[in-house]
Amino acid sequence: MSDAAPALRHPVTTERPLTRWLLIGLVITVLSILLFAPLIAVFVEALRDGLGAAVASLGAPEARSAIRLTLTVAAISVPLNAAFGIAAAWLVAKYDFRGKTLLLTLIDIPFSVSPVVAGLCLVLTFGAHSALGGWLVAQGHPIVFAFPGIVLASMFVTFPFVARELIPVMVEQGRAEEEAALTLGASGWRVFRSVTLPNIRWALLYGVLLSNARAMGEFGAVAVVSGKIRGVTATMPITIEMLYNEYLSTAAFALAAVLTLLALVTLGLKTLLEIRHADALAAARRH
Amino acid sequence: MGRPLIQRSPIPGLGLSAGITLSLLSIVVLLPVGALLLKGASVGPAGLWQQVNTPRVWAALWLSFRLSVLAALFNLVFGVILAWVLARYRFPGRRLVDAAVDLPFALPTAVAGIALTTLYAPNGVFGAFARDLGIKIAYTPLGIFIALVFVGLPFVTRTVQPVIDEIDREVEEVSATLGASRRHTLRHVVLPMLAPAALTGFALSLARAVGEYGSVIFIAGNLPMKSEIAPLLIVIKLEEFNYDGATAIGIAMLLISFTLLFALNAVQIWSRRRIGHV
Repeated sequence: MSDAAPALRHPVTTERPLTRWLLIGLVITVLSILLFAPLIAVFVEALRDGLGAAVASLGAPEARSAIRLTLTVAAISVPLNAAFGIAAAWLVAKYDFRGKTLLLTLIDIPFSVSPVVAGLCLVLTFGAHSALGGWLVAQGHPIVFAFPGIVLASMFVTFPFVARELIPVMVEQGRAEEEAALTLGASGWRVFRSVTLPNIRWALLYGVLLSNARAMGEFGAVAVVSGKIRGVTATMPITIEMLYNEYLSTAAFALAAVLTLLALVTLGLKTLLEIRHADALAAARRH
Repeated sequence: MGRPLIQRSPIPGLGLSAGITLSLLSIVVLLPVGALLLKGASVGPAGLWQQVNTPRVWAALWLSFRLSVLAALFNLVFGVILAWVLARYRFPGRRLVDAAVDLPFALPTAVAGIALTTLYAPNGVFGAFARDLGIKIAYTPLGIFIALVFVGLPFVTRTVQPVIDEIDREVEEVSATLGASRRHTLRHVVLPMLAPAALTGFALSLARAVGEYGSVIFIAGNLPMKSEIAPLLIVIKLEEFNYDGATAIGIAMLLISFTLLFALNAVQIWSRRRIGHV
């Protein structure tokens, strides 16, 4: 019997090199097939007829109005959701009240509702056949199959994004700093701008980034409420669907490539925030 | 009793923050969801049941549910492996892979849908390869499965990875010192610590898959009784102005996702108690 164990070639708290490399290989293979291939496919298909054709298709009136609509929807829904996120986080972090858990649950509802069901809810609330919707249409303010419906649908699906990032950060930071500033005579707004905002800005930016990417790319909820009127209520994702179904592959993928670039920029900025400002986001990432 | 509704606080802004929070929450979320439930109540249980209890609706609900569970199970296993590889191993391109995991969160679902369809259609890169093997992917439930795996991919990894980062390696050393093989340590020491977070990720991935629409409809083929998912059926009912039918399926889907989340929540509480930590 040998009295000494064979010298370990690797620490006891990791796997054998062969196992490690097999697992790394597996992960990279699966991700290549599932993630990287679709990413590459978007650009390959968009450039199939050359860069010129792709760029020209983006200049077509249909594409231009889709891009304009998507940017407008995001420009309205994202700031509103950011305002909601800040208000909700302030309310939850700075005060003690009954029903806080219920409030947090209600804020999370959009996470567990299918986007299509969200669209259905909006149609039932604001559609022309409903009491409220019928009245609004009579007043000349249709919501469904019109711009406001698309904004509401985008807001619904991204509703918890900013609040979810900010609430844990603000709860963890507590109230002492704000209370000190108030004691020193600062006004409420001054406290928010000079004390709270610097503490939450990175988490806020993080939430806004995710919220924006989702709002510009939302399909299911918008598909139900938009009515898909060309040049009027067709957002970029809706236009991609229409072009694709008409076998206008280059035009569909050119528009898809624009949204993919947006997604890549979002991921890049998100990763940068996570590396540079890990401390400011840490609370949110732990919950 | 005796606790006031709101505790007095010297911090200003209660009225403003409560006002913004409650009014936006009401307009954007509570009113619409309330309208669905109200519509359901006005149709009545018998009417809802009549709408749901057709072979086509059952087939769609069953397809959505079955494939979502399978996709979430795939993501559970692969997500834990991926989280482990990213958290513990060092290899070239790790940062890139780590950032890319979130791609399904950032990429619009319609874009993912047409890209996956292009790849897995019989004339696509992977589709042609599978066709040579006699397998049809796009326009079959297998294609739906792939789309659902795609959209649910990040959830388990993102919930499990921070937990792995926080594991004290001494625990694994102790286990090894006591004579446990590496496999035994992973199985009986590490995995139980990851279980609650992995279950959370599984539940999120499942909830997302059940309601997914954009990435699925392009690759699904959408044949009634065969490859028609429940959310698509809602869209079809709405296009037919059958609001009762759309409401019934919508409520059925809400019930499914809330039951799932509730059940998994219960499992999680149980597993946390059993293991004694988060």
